[in-house]
Amino acid sequence: MARYLAGRVGQALLLLLGVSLITFVLLYVMPADPARQIAGRSATAETVQVIREQLGLDQPLHVQYGRYLSGLAQLDLGRSYAQKTEVSEIVAARLPASLLLMMAAIACELLMGVAIGVVAAVKRGSRLDNASMVASFVGVSTPQFVAAMLLLYVFAVRLDWFPVGGYGEARHLVLPALTLGLLGAGWYARMVRSCLIDVFTQDYIRTARAKGAPEWRVLLVHALRNALLPIVAMIGIDVGLFMSGAVVVESVFGWPGIGQLAWQAIQQVDIPIIMGVTLVAAVAIILGNLLADVVAPFVDPRIKLRTAP
Amino acid sequence: MKALFSRKTALAAAFFVLSVLVLAAGASWFAPYSPEETFFDGLTLEGAPLPPSAKYWFGTDLLGRDLFSRVIWGAQTSLVIGVVANGVALLIGTLVGVTAGYVRGFAGNALMRFTDLMMCFPALLLAIVLAAVFTPSLWIVALVIAMVNWVQIARVIYTQTVSLTEREFIEATRSLGASRVRILFRHVVPHLVPTIVVWGTLGIATTVLLEATLSYLGIGVQPPTPSWGNIIFENQSYFTTAPWLVFIPGATIVAMAVAFNLLGDALREALDPTLRARQA
Repeated sequence: MARYLAGRVGQALLLLLGVSLITFVLLYVMPADPARQIAGRSATAETVQVIREQLGLDQPLHVQYGRYLSGLAQLDLGRSYAQKTEVSEIVAARLPASLLLMMAAIACELLMGVAIGVVAAVKRGSRLDNASMVASFVGVSTPQFVAAMLLLYVFAVRLDWFPVGGYGEARHLVLPALTLGLLGAGWYARMVRSCLIDVFTQDYIRTARAKGAPEWRVLLVHALRNALLPIVAMIGIDVGLFMSGAVVVESVFGWPGIGQLAWQAIQQVDIPIIMGVTLVAAVAIILGNLLADVVAPFVDPRIKLRTAP
Repeated sequence: MKALFSRKTALAAAFFVLSVLVLAAGASWFAPYSPEETFFDGLTLEGAPLPPSAKYWFGTDLLGRDLFSRVIWGAQTSLVIGVVANGVALLIGTLVGVTAGYVRGFAGNALMRFTDLMMCFPALLLAIVLAAVFTPSLWIVALVIAMVNWVQIARVIYTQTVSLTEREFIEATRSLGASRVRILFRHVVPHLVPTIVVWGTLGIATTVLLEATLSYLGIGVQPPTPSWGNIIFENQSYFTTAPWLVFIPGATIVAMAVAFNLLGDALREALDPTLRARQA
């Protein structure tokens, strides 16, 4: 067990190192010159040169990467061009909103996705099954901004049930979370359905039925347990995805999270912020996957055996 | 019954894709007006866009241009990007996957670790960063999408190649004295074709969605060239008063993605022998 965990953590650390290398290279090939950006438009060539030396941009590449890496280790992501403050502070200020939206969206996905998947699997081949699978198909084929604007139009503009956007109260959270949740639920529903259909043919389900377990117990305790592992893996992916992939939803609803920050940074070509957000997102994805890997052996004890060296 | 249902939906999807292809290819014949012409009677006296009518089937946009014509021309943009981006992604993904899976060793390992690394970046953000590096044009957008989308294809092709090379018939061919190159092109690659076809079809759906999202964020295809995403981007400020400007192109995006997803699924069912065996 300890060995399994150590292996996973080691892998995650290596990936993090690789991620830092890629973001560094991307920063380096960016056409915008950071020294000129910081100096401002009216600065003389000498000022720009001084700033360049201050930033260490005249050093050889491997030295620059070393500095970049040691900066990252101290959570130093550079300074924003537009706001003239530390990127790490700006990003940290946005984290709570993104975390809140992420948790609400995942809860939404789980509730709808698992419920639809279970019903579809139990009533396999029925109209209900077909309808829910078509709905999940449409869900995974809809871009977030279309769904967001549709919900916005119907529930905020027409019906006036929820505010058009904003942050702070529970009612502000409903539409953004529902947008992400509705679309994501499609993946969960399809996965839960196919997992359950696979499980239903297995002997231990027949055993459970034969010994007289009520149908709901067979379903929820014995069968659904088998779908738990892929669900955990998907939550791990979503944790990473929603920390960054909410760019569209956050900008449509004016939700002050990391995604909106990224969108604003695009408008202002504020490259340190874009790179900072990308880095945070990559870290979130690695951590999300790591989390799923760490939880996995508790959910499914067979994993410990399978990965034993 | 179920098979018939899925075949019918697949047929409908194929028909839809085909008609959009025809419309897009013949945009200059099918579009009633030029996509860039602004009409005098295309706006109300207050300067608001017109709702759908007999003259302007989908209404007009914020500049008084015919939305129907713009959507048809937008289909051309979206499909060109879909085909080009997806083709390049497929090419890179297949090359990386096959090389890593067949050559293995240090080079193969390095390729796959790099692929794993690329998977850590969310596709949308990576595309945003790349679009910020290069000034967006039609081809750059296609290239950016390709550079993001090859990763998954490489993973799938890699797994397939590895499992293929461990099968008995490859072993048998090898023991008959076939060269490595011959085995690769005569025996391994042909078996990958179904996977490539399926992922190529599903990939167009992903590409269309990503292009629409990038254009919606204003970093995809740049106006005045219409694409389904940037039509919505341009008109979103009017969206409460003129919802058709958002929801008509929005519906075409969804319909397109659904059609390609359905088609890809049907192809997978038809081409994947393991799936067929399981259902029998």
